[in-house]
Amino acid sequence: MKKVFAIVLAMMLVLSAAAMAESVKIGVFEPASGDSGAGGKQEMLGMQYANKETPTVEIGGETYDVELIYADNGSDTTKAPSAANTLVDAGVSVVLGSYGSGVSIAGSDIFKNANIPAIGVTCTNPQVTAGNSHYFRVCFLDPFQGTVLANYASKELGATVAYTLGELGNDYDQGLCTYFKQAFEGLGGTVMHEDFPTGTADFNSYLTNAAGIGAQVFFCPVSIAYSTQIVQQAASQNVAFPILGSDTLDSNVVANAAKGTNVQVIITTFYQEGAAPEFDEGFKAWLAEDSEAMTNNGGNDMISAVSAMGYDAYYTALEALKAAGTTDSKAVMDTLPSVTYDGVSGHIEFDETGDAIRNAAFIKKINNETGDWEFVAEQTVD
Amino acid sequence: MWNTIFPYLLTGISVGGQYALIAIGYTMVYGILRLINFAHGDVFMVAGIVMVYMAASGMPLWLCIPLVLIVTALVGFLIERIAYKPLRNAPRMSAMISAIGVSYTLQNLVLYITGGLNQLYPTIPWISDSVTIFGATTKMVTVVTPVLTILLVVALVALINHTKIGMAMRAVSRDFETSQLMGIKINSVISITFVIGTFLAGVASVLYFTNYTTVIQTSGAMPGLKAFVAAVFGGIGSIPGAVVGAFIIGIAENIIKGLDIILFKLGVIAAPIGLATFSDAFTFALLIVILAVKPTGLFGEKTTDKV
Repeated sequence: MKKVFAIVLAMMLVLSAAAMAESVKIGVFEPASGDSGAGGKQEMLGMQYANKETPTVEIGGETYDVELIYADNGSDTTKAPSAANTLVDAGVSVVLGSYGSGVSIAGSDIFKNANIPAIGVTCTNPQVTAGNSHYFRVCFLDPFQGTVLANYASKELGATVAYTLGELGNDYDQGLCTYFKQAFEGLGGTVMHEDFPTGTADFNSYLTNAAGIGAQVFFCPVSIAYSTQIVQQAASQNVAFPILGSDTLDSNVVANAAKGTNVQVIITTFYQEGAAPEFDEGFKAWLAEDSEAMTNNGGNDMISAVSAMGYDAYYTALEALKAAGTTDSKAVMDTLPSVTYDGVSGHIEFDETGDAIRNAAFIKKINNETGDWEFVAEQTVD
Repeated sequence: MWNTIFPYLLTGISVGGQYALIAIGYTMVYGILRLINFAHGDVFMVAGIVMVYMAASGMPLWLCIPLVLIVTALVGFLIERIAYKPLRNAPRMSAMISAIGVSYTLQNLVLYITGGLNQLYPTIPWISDSVTIFGATTKMVTVVTPVLTILLVVALVALINHTKIGMAMRAVSRDFETSQLMGIKINSVISITFVIGTFLAGVASVLYFTNYTTVIQTSGAMPGLKAFVAAVFGGIGSIPGAVVGAFIIGIAENIIKGLDIILFKLGVIAAPIGLATFSDAFTFALLIVILAVKPTGLFGEKTTDKV
């Protein structure tokens, strides 16, 4: 009996080894839990859809199955290194992610030491790619995003006093607030900045502070969990100022929170539904047949920009694998700087630091009656 | 001046009331079992999640709220029976470690069920409506909370001082073994203590999440921790102490969040200096100071050495 069992086990090992030989592993370094869990899941949806659409890739004349390996970094910079190690141990050729710049920076060195390239999907802080040769990204950067928003607040909304709020110790929030402040003050406005500790649920006092200084815009580039609280509490306080946000707020969870209230929410983002109709249609059809994907998308079929970016990042990774002609991570890293790809969110081409060269951002706002995102303008900065 | 401070005061009193309801659970359990029930904050969070799922199933809200309170009390009862009762005669440290275990179990259970996505708390009519008091706009729940808290505390104190079960509770908290010898069924007294404590945490969760509408698996951690500080501040084991401590912490925390603006408007400082950052630091610094200066808290029982 034992012998038979041992033989079966051995057979399984051989079989799985045979199966493994024909697959290439792409690491998905994303938060599936914690404050950014909702955003991370939506970013993963884009990759999962892309993987369903194109499950194989031609590398060096041979067809490989693409296998997505998941590691949950828990939106936590202390958990990120161990999640990164999981991916290194699994032997991935390239890593996608993460949602949130802080965790990307925290996992960065582990990928670097293992010679594995990483493609940031929506981590917009400059520090992610600065000073290294293994981290790339397909989205725009915070200095750009902060400037776009400050310009919009000053020129379109006519604001002269702004209030900015960020989470203590969160690189993403703090970076954006600083860039917004620089640009807004450059345009002749004044800014008051405050921080809140991690885990805060009560934003009433911060909203009162903003009203107290006579702020005309309230800029809070925070995680989704906080932004829904802020939107709801702003609604109950009946605030006069619009809430300005960054790409993190681009989620239907936030839109649902603002539905039926009269809070104005205006944000910058990477992708607006309708820019690539074929992708929109396919993605929605996939959500309709996969109930778990639908739940992860917040229970409806609105397309978050992060999903579109996840989709583009997956194809960029495939392009890199094709160009490298091997699954060796070092070779993929060396070919990545020269990879170009025309994605649903626009043309992707890397500059010398590894950032995608982009000069346009979409501005959109929430329609309070329907709870949908509406396109406002496409803003470019030269 | 008044117009500047009032909105902060209002939020502070409301948050204080919610902390108070949670703090009572800590203080009652400690009073009777000498156990710090670290899972209490998570029971509060579970109450929020249960409400989210019940409302999502299409059940009418007037039925949901009492059901949530019953389920929460049941959870408290079961936790005590499963995790603490078998350790009744074990060293106190074992029960506390068991409490930490329960806390993590609940958090991870909710993480598994929700998949880590934040859930939007259902809107309860009337208490979710906006009201304007003295120029400050807020939700009705902010006004309802302190009143409801005081009513519940008065009822609880009456229960403890004037009923048979209350007398049994007092006896058990004085001397565990002697009261057992006197014929008090300590297991049922302890169960009732847990049921009351978690019931109040359930009430707190309805009030708290109506104001702060996002529920995730870690939602109970911060309010739980602050309520615990409030219980220690007021003197752990004392119900009026926990309530007073909670109100002081709630108000102080919110005043600090607005201190920049208040000082700025008074002309004390020329520009905001970022004091709001220290609102949580204040709460925990207060805990250290209290433990160093007056370990028994404001209303704590005097410890007399019997030897």
